[in-house]
Amino acid sequence: MSDVAVHEADHGTHGHTTTTGLSNNKVAMWLFLGSECLLFGGLISTYMLYRGRVSEGPRPGNVFDIPFTSVSSFILLMSSLTMVLAVSAAQNRDDRGTTLWLTITALLGATFVGGQVYEFTAMYNEGLGFTTSLFGSSFYTLTGFHGVHVTVGIIMLMSLVGIIKRSTIPGDKAEVVELIGLYWHFVDVIWIIIFTLVYLIPA
Amino acid sequence: MTAATETHSEHDHSHDDHAQHGMSNAGYIRIAIILAAMTALEVSTYYVDFGALFMPVLLVLMVVKFFIVVSYFMHLKFDNKLFSFCFYAGLFLAVMVYVIALATFKFFAA
Amino acid sequence: MAIIERPATAGGVEITPPATPSRAQGGFKRPVSTTGWKSWLFTVDHKKLGIMYGVMAMFFFIVGGIEAVLIRLQLAAPEGKVLSASVYNQMFTMHATTMVFLFVMPMAAAFANYFIPLQIGARDVAFPRMNAFGFWCVLGGGIFINLSWFLGGAADGGWFMYAPNSGPIFSPSHGVDFWTLGLQITGIASLTGAINLIVTVLNMRAPGMSLMKMPVFTWLQLVVQFLLLFAVPVITVALFLLSFQRNFGATFFDVSAGADPLLWQHLFWIFGHPEVYILILPSFGIISEVLPVFAKKPLFGYPFVVFSGAAIGFVGWGVWAHHMFASGLGPVSVAVFSISTMAIAIPTGVKIVNWTLTLWGGKLRFTAAMHFAIGLIVLFTIGGLSGVTHSVAPSDTQQTDTYYIVAHFHYVLFGGAVFGLFSGFYYWWPKMFGKTLNEKLGKANFWMMVIGMNMTFGPMHILGLQGQPRRMYQWTEARAGEGFFNLAFWNQVASVGSIILAVGVLLFIINVVKTARSKELAPLDPWDSRTLEWMTSSPPKEHNFDVIPTVHHLDEFFHRKYQQDPVTHEYKQIATAEEILADQEAHADKHIHMPSPSYWPIVLAATLPIITTGVIYSIPVAIVGGIFLVLAMFGWALEPSTAPETDFDPPAAGESTKELAPLV
Repeated sequence: MSDVAVHEADHGTHGHTTTTGLSNNKVAMWLFLGSECLLFGGLISTYMLYRGRVSEGPRPGNVFDIPFTSVSSFILLMSSLTMVLAVSAAQNRDDRGTTLWLTITALLGATFVGGQVYEFTAMYNEGLGFTTSLFGSSFYTLTGFHGVHVTVGIIMLMSLVGIIKRSTIPGDKAEVVELIGLYWHFVDVIWIIIFTLVYLIPA
Repeated sequence: MTAATETHSEHDHSHDDHAQHGMSNAGYIRIAIILAAMTALEVSTYYVDFGALFMPVLLVLMVVKFFIVVSYFMHLKFDNKLFSFCFYAGLFLAVMVYVIALATFKFFAA
Repeated sequence: MAIIERPATAGGVEITPPATPSRAQGGFKRPVSTTGWKSWLFTVDHKKLGIMYGVMAMFFFIVGGIEAVLIRLQLAAPEGKVLSASVYNQMFTMHATTMVFLFVMPMAAAFANYFIPLQIGARDVAFPRMNAFGFWCVLGGGIFINLSWFLGGAADGGWFMYAPNSGPIFSPSHGVDFWTLGLQITGIASLTGAINLIVTVLNMRAPGMSLMKMPVFTWLQLVVQFLLLFAVPVITVALFLLSFQRNFGATFFDVSAGADPLLWQHLFWIFGHPEVYILILPSFGIISEVLPVFAKKPLFGYPFVVFSGAAIGFVGWGVWAHHMFASGLGPVSVAVFSISTMAIAIPTGVKIVNWTLTLWGGKLRFTAAMHFAIGLIVLFTIGGLSGVTHSVAPSDTQQTDTYYIVAHFHYVLFGGAVFGLFSGFYYWWPKMFGKTLNEKLGKANFWMMVIGMNMTFGPMHILGLQGQPRRMYQWTEARAGEGFFNLAFWNQVASVGSIILAVGVLLFIINVVKTARSKELAPLDPWDSRTLEWMTSSPPKEHNFDVIPTVHHLDEFFHRKYQQDPVTHEYKQIATAEEILADQEAHADKHIHMPSPSYWPIVLAATLPIITTGVIYSIPVAIVGGIFLVLAMFGWALEPSTAPETDFDPPAAGESTKELAPLV
């Protein structure tokens, strides 16, 4: 019976071959990520332009806590490792390993988001609101968009864990893990850029 | 259950065209350690004065980390070139238009 | 009317029908109707979606046209009293927004959806449910934007919505919010549609169809989808920043907080310039199909047409600031963009040369479709020439914000994009609906539109160079001037021209209605066409092709009908379209899987206007909408794209297996 189940999982695209030999879903995900470069590029550029425009309230140097953000950046970076281990487990058809690593990835991601929430709260208490200055507006918009992307990623990871446990996923299981992994790594990669440009390089 | 899964996984590799990934888990962990080391170096710029090297080091590290995650964790280096085209086309256009736009704001002027 | 054969279980083509009710995952039983309004509401069939896009786009064409006529009525006489200044601002903003986002783009999407799968020999697009979702998003977004007319006033900052006009101080009504948020919804449709069509073209081509054997329409639409994919996120950022300013008090474009209004301009035009290529390339693609058919010659220089299309797509990213020459960018930026703008004329010129050489020496048949195609070449060239004059930055400083610019873009958009779309209507109508539009009425339609168009927009070159600014709600006798170039006379001519143009469009509508009522059916291949979409019934069967063709040539269908004698090099007909189709039916695939209809696309699309309404009026409503959005996404994700095998019921014994295709 598991023979049949596994065999059907291999024909996720109904056994059709595609012209390029590549999976439709995977091409779609890479196209989406390509478009996201334009989205985050716009938000990052807006921030870079406006970071020094502080009509009121604190300046970047006053509110950034580099040690704290370094730790949360490291956590997000390591979540990319655990994600890759989850994909590896999925390709070895190891359900338990997959769900374990997916859960750890989600937890690391949630820790990152928790760190962001804490950080934003601290900044707000130091006088940097969303509408305080252009620095505030553009900072919260950029990091907020990123945080929302991470949160969506966490929801996808946990949903995937739930679905794998119920074995009801339509389509190729390993591929879904791989594609969510691509999304997750991309979100991490955007943070690599944000961490350097926003935090480490002062205005 | 695990024994059955293991024999199936051998069977499946012949069907599965994305099993030919170059990296073992140990390989991924090695990459992660390299990334962590680079991050540590980046963070050290906050504590240590790099002088004129400050900006170049940070920017180079940022770019290198970006491409390492994309090429190895996202597997782009080993996959079909079409994926690279789709992603790098977007990245290239983004960098080009936003750098030009910022340049018109004299962002890069000394 | 076409008849869709539903399979008997023994012999013949066995098509798996849409799922019957079952405990499918995703919560709801799958919809099953194959006829009636439900079959349209829940369809994932690219052909039905194409028609729905087309009907919706046509509706908005008329809305945008009425807005235009009102503008021209206001400007027909000095000190016009038809529209107040405030309403005038709303009118030109909504006219442009409607024409660009709710007419031209969806109409191009209509043709893309209907014909790309057919041209590449596929049975549908890669992600049929996402296709349906895209349509309902555009419809929802379009309605949402236009609700503003009834809820305090429409957007009034111009379609390019420059800051600070767009901010809460100068645009206090909710109009701009409806505009901003509505365009976010339509933007989601464009983005998902782009991903869908790119994957379709890359991955679902018939065996043997390499990229350089694809029809030019499909090629140029592929370029368009890449442009959409990368341009839409940029305006998404701009729209978010504007929304955050207007609704949450952020200061992105507030000069008093130190903001730079040029940020908006850059973001808008980085999107906006690729956008104009998004508007024109589909029409270029359409006439690249039409011209060879009615010249009885293959397209001249196919590789050049393809590569120049890709070149336009790429270079188009480097010219956006030519919309900002007078904004204070500084001489270096202006010079750079001036040069890049001149450069982009080159690949467009290549196309004009190729089309002209296609006609040269051909056996020309002047059908209505051909009229519109040749009309595009002439009128677009005129618009392109004025465009070249804009690229010269010192000259543009005189022209910008005058009617000279209005003349330019209406020549390229109306004479170019719209004429191309009309060519497509006349060309492809028999394939979509089984009947040919009336040719005599079609030619009358063409001439009225040509005369009307030139009367309306021709004088605007003069008006602009004589100094009439854009977006000016009134002109006075004192300002009109004297002599041949006086503003009064030419404004009147333009206004009369707009009425003639409207009559021209009306002739098209009359043609459509007359054709719908006519009993005369079209032959399968009325024009002796060259590409695969003609190798089907009219309209095509739900599954498009009984057998997926193996492609050996560019213009594959032509080569199945005609063979070249190796000695004399003359082409001789070896088969008719009817014979080819009969042969296909005789060798039909035994087992064809079609994607099943679904509720989720329309349900998910419906959550978006709820969220945007909440953003404007009540945040809790937005949050509730957001929850429904998440639930709908889960429902969709858990539903398989095709219902499982166990869901299919064979027709009961004795039951008729034939049913009528939806009547159009």
